[in-house]
Amino acid sequence: MLRMKQVNRILSTYTADVSGVCSALYELGGMTVMHDASGCNSTYNTHDEPRWYQIPSMVYISALTEMEAMMGDDSKLVNDVCRAASELHPRFIALCGTPIPMMMGTDFPGLARLIEKKTGIPSFGFATNGTHSYLLGAGPALAGIARRFCPDGLKPEPAGTRISVNMLGVTPLDFSVTGNVTALRALLLENDFAVRSCWAMGSSMEELLEAGKAQVNLVLSAAGLPLAEFLREKYGAPYVVGLPIGKPCTAQYLNAIREAARTGENQSPFRKEAPSGKAGLIIGEAVWGASMRAALAADGNPARVLCPLEWDAGTISGGDLRTDDEAEIAAAAREADFVLADPMYQPVVPAGTPFIRFPHEGYSGRIWRSEIPVFIGGGVPPLEFRRG
Amino acid sequence: MIDLHQAAKSAVSVPIGEAAFPVPFETGLEYAAPARGPWNIVHVGMLLPESRQIFVCAEGCLRGVVLTAAEMGAMDRFSTIAVQENNLLEGDMEQLIIDGTSRILSELPRLPRAVLLFTSCVHHFVGCDLHYVFQKLREKFPAVDFTDCYMNPIMRKSKTPPDAKMRQQLYSFLRPAEQDGGVSLLGTLTPLDEENDLFRLLSGSGRPFRAITSCKTYNGYLELSKSSFGLTINPAAALAGETLEKRLGMRHLHLPLSYDFDEIAANLSRFCEALDIPAPDFAPWRKRAEEALRAASEALNGVPVAIDYTATTRPLGLAKLLLEHGFAVESVYADSFSAPEKPAFDWLRENAPGLTLHPTVHPVMGMLPRDEADARDGKLLAIGQKAAYFTGTGYFLNLIEGDGHYGFDGIARLAEELAEAAREEKDVPSIIQVKGWGCCG
Repeated sequence: MLRMKQVNRILSTYTADVSGVCSALYELGGMTVMHDASGCNSTYNTHDEPRWYQIPSMVYISALTEMEAMMGDDSKLVNDVCRAASELHPRFIALCGTPIPMMMGTDFPGLARLIEKKTGIPSFGFATNGTHSYLLGAGPALAGIARRFCPDGLKPEPAGTRISVNMLGVTPLDFSVTGNVTALRALLLENDFAVRSCWAMGSSMEELLEAGKAQVNLVLSAAGLPLAEFLREKYGAPYVVGLPIGKPCTAQYLNAIREAARTGENQSPFRKEAPSGKAGLIIGEAVWGASMRAALAADGNPARVLCPLEWDAGTISGGDLRTDDEAEIAAAAREADFVLADPMYQPVVPAGTPFIRFPHEGYSGRIWRSEIPVFIGGGVPPLEFRRG
Repeated sequence: MIDLHQAAKSAVSVPIGEAAFPVPFETGLEYAAPARGPWNIVHVGMLLPESRQIFVCAEGCLRGVVLTAAEMGAMDRFSTIAVQENNLLEGDMEQLIIDGTSRILSELPRLPRAVLLFTSCVHHFVGCDLHYVFQKLREKFPAVDFTDCYMNPIMRKSKTPPDAKMRQQLYSFLRPAEQDGGVSLLGTLTPLDEENDLFRLLSGSGRPFRAITSCKTYNGYLELSKSSFGLTINPAAALAGETLEKRLGMRHLHLPLSYDFDEIAANLSRFCEALDIPAPDFAPWRKRAEEALRAASEALNGVPVAIDYTATTRPLGLAKLLLEHGFAVESVYADSFSAPEKPAFDWLRENAPGLTLHPTVHPVMGMLPRDEADARDGKLLAIGQKAAYFTGTGYFLNLIEGDGHYGFDGIARLAEELAEAAREEKDVPSIIQVKGWGCCG
């Protein structure tokens, strides 16, 4: 059955799952191979990846041809990956898929096992297909690395010491490279927390493998939840879902970390019922959206969250919206007091409705990167917004 | 983070004296350097005035083209239909395209004159009945011209790669018209220089010269079919020329961009002969180009030069020309060469066997330190964005597909620009990250 949510007259599209895998694994010293003809690689390194000039990474495309696709020939992929690995010595190999391999029924986990057997290098297969958002690529990729490499035998550090945390679900797609990751690290350190690792920006693989020692895991985007659940299962540490935005909410967030460390219970401090009646509208990734809603509410600006992505890490409540349908997004915008969203949503917002530009790298890419504010902590530009 | 800068360029690069033709390197996994100046199918399609592009493909494929349109400020001419797993499984692809396109068009304040409807690799494999799709759309929107375009990179190593197909389809809206003896330049993305050889030859002939880059309206575009001659200078445009010759009777003249003086003179002579205009003595034109090259060579004074395949369709031909005129061309970045490059390849093997060929997509290229310019105290002149990226130089000539430089005049202009590029350092990263350089004027 045709679903008109698939039609965008003017709106953009989020980074796809295959780029999500690449983004999550970018800094870890592995080799990530997109099984595709072409295009996914240039899209990734043009619009989804801002780190090329600072950090090299082994992100490649398999250059699949029509004949290989028609014949279901995986041998070229396997041979090419093995040859490149023998030259470049990656720490691991990750394969991820696009629409054509999905149609071919490519067995990525099976190919990964074969490549691992041939190279001796730990290998992964992620069955992405280019029809989902980056969350469904980054989430499994981060959890996959932890599942494979995080050692047994670690335990969260005992109570009484500084509370140690892992930052989970951190990629430029949600945090860009404009200072938010640094700001979050600094905020945690200033408030006497120890940061064990950041998955996966700015931490070495060695730091990531110490994640089991942290007392609390911070789910900073929905992509971090599968990893948090794995670490909970393996090491027992609880997690906190949310982002510290604005002064009152930052205090609330830091208290939630302390509460998680004290009780061992997961916390989601910004999961609130959406306001009834007139309210603003925040469009975007759910963990950020719910945290922003709390910050705006504390500032006297009630808002609902509209999440166009598949995962919400449990932050979306009944009065919020879950849709990626352009018509439904436009209808929600018509009802809103104000809209806070990436500038590419502005064309569906009525001209008279206040629109707060909040670029999201995972939506508009690099276009408005210079406008992406440091939203972590107290000094958040959107909170300066006042109705009327 | 571990140090990944361990690979050596020598592991993959090869002196031309030892290189094979036309593919000097092993093929396999591919790296994509973030040098984005060459145009993609969206940029090319946007040359058509009063048109709208509709892309039908998976989200991952849509992302690159949507943001291409957004970065060029053209989202008001661009829409998408996302293919999902269920469409592949349920076999409703034709209906998805018909209904999706209908909805997009019906919600527009004004219908476009033309729609470029792009399908993708998945449609190719599921056997989507595009004939039916277009028939239905033409019935529903008789005031709109539709054409089929393709984002099918899986065909890029076939006889009809997407770039050539796109340039062909760009002219598919043209209808038979009474011909007036004019010349339509086909498949060239930027205007030719004002004083170029072809314009000088046409001057006073009374024959109109037309190009899509000058068209401001759809009606203006339709006038391209009035020309009696379809001229192509880029090999990727030859298919467009051949197609229009068959379809509209527009005689195709393929006079490829060249850096060989004899070939240039032969091309210009063919042009004159075909158009029945007198061929002048080309010696003064050649002399001007020679003098410009000499001046540029003196200005560069031995500065090493690197050339890449995005700068021109004839990187080896350009290397040969520059070496013949005293430039210190040391390297060429290209993964393969077109057949017309063979004479230049043979000459370079014989006369400059140490000229180094570097791949651009080999996996090792993504891991190499980009410090070749540093090793030369920063003084290295790159011709083309990829050469600039890989060498790490600040001195480069931002040339895409030869720009509008053609013939003897084009060489003279190129020489002048080389001298200028060697004088003035550029902020390379900020330039080469711009997609479709020059597409927005």
